[in-house]
Amino acid sequence: MTASDVMFVAVGLIAVGAALAVVLTEHLVRAGLWLVLALGAVAVEFLLLRAEFVAWVQVLIYVGAVVVLLLFAVMLTRAPIGPSGDLDRPPGPALLVGAGTGLGLAGLFVWVFAGKQFEPPPVGTAKALGNNIFDDWVLPFEVLSVLLLAALVGAIVLSKKEISS
Amino acid sequence: MIRPVIPLVTAALLLGIAVYGVLRRRNAVLVLMSVELMLNAVNLILVTSDTLRRTLTGQAFSLFVIVIAAAEIGVGLALVLRLFRLRNTINVDEVSLDENPAN
Repeated sequence: MTASDVMFVAVGLIAVGAALAVVLTEHLVRAGLWLVLALGAVAVEFLLLRAEFVAWVQVLIYVGAVVVLLLFAVMLTRAPIGPSGDLDRPPGPALLVGAGTGLGLAGLFVWVFAGKQFEPPPVGTAKALGNNIFDDWVLPFEVLSVLLLAALVGAIVLSKKEISS
Repeated sequence: MIRPVIPLVTAALLLGIAVYGVLRRRNAVLVLMSVELMLNAVNLILVTSDTLRRTLTGQAFSLFVIVIAAAEIGVGLALVLRLFRLRNTINVDEVSLDENPAN
């Protein structure tokens, strides 16, 4: 175990623990705040993997925008302060499928990659990533801009009070 | 040197926890939070895959996934607020799928 491995394990434990708190807590607002910790820990993993630009985009978009939107939604749907008792379904099927997915995938990864080590990749700076996107992935980039516009219009139409009546 | 197995196992566990959350939670906002966790687990796998192949393609794709997640959360929350305005609840178990939408 090198220092980098210890960092990966520690940050990974924080991410998994915070994610568990998100799906187990009885407080709606606290679930959103635990989500900040989980997404922040994943951003640190990105930094450890040398994906510098993606890490900062993660902090800006996820921890900044998405969590604020979710907390707004919690507020606008008049969520109660304090624990809510009726947030969950019976646990059986969810536990089966969730544990199957998580442990199955984890087992597969351990089976394939256990003990393998790789050189650190090139640092994913904004410049390198921009060159990569605009050399190889221009069409998906443009399609995504249309998708964002469509989502914007859709969200506005959905949240209008009533359309022409 | 980087051991890719550690972030990959982290991502797998995050994905499993998120699947559990999506299936277990009844509140629509909490379901959307679990979906965000799921997309994040996929991003972690994409970024880790760059370590194996020494490219930047996975990071470019994880940026695309982040953009799609932002679009998804915007439309998703608009739907949730609409549902709350119609029914005064966001409990997804109480939404019947075969109901006449005019009522």
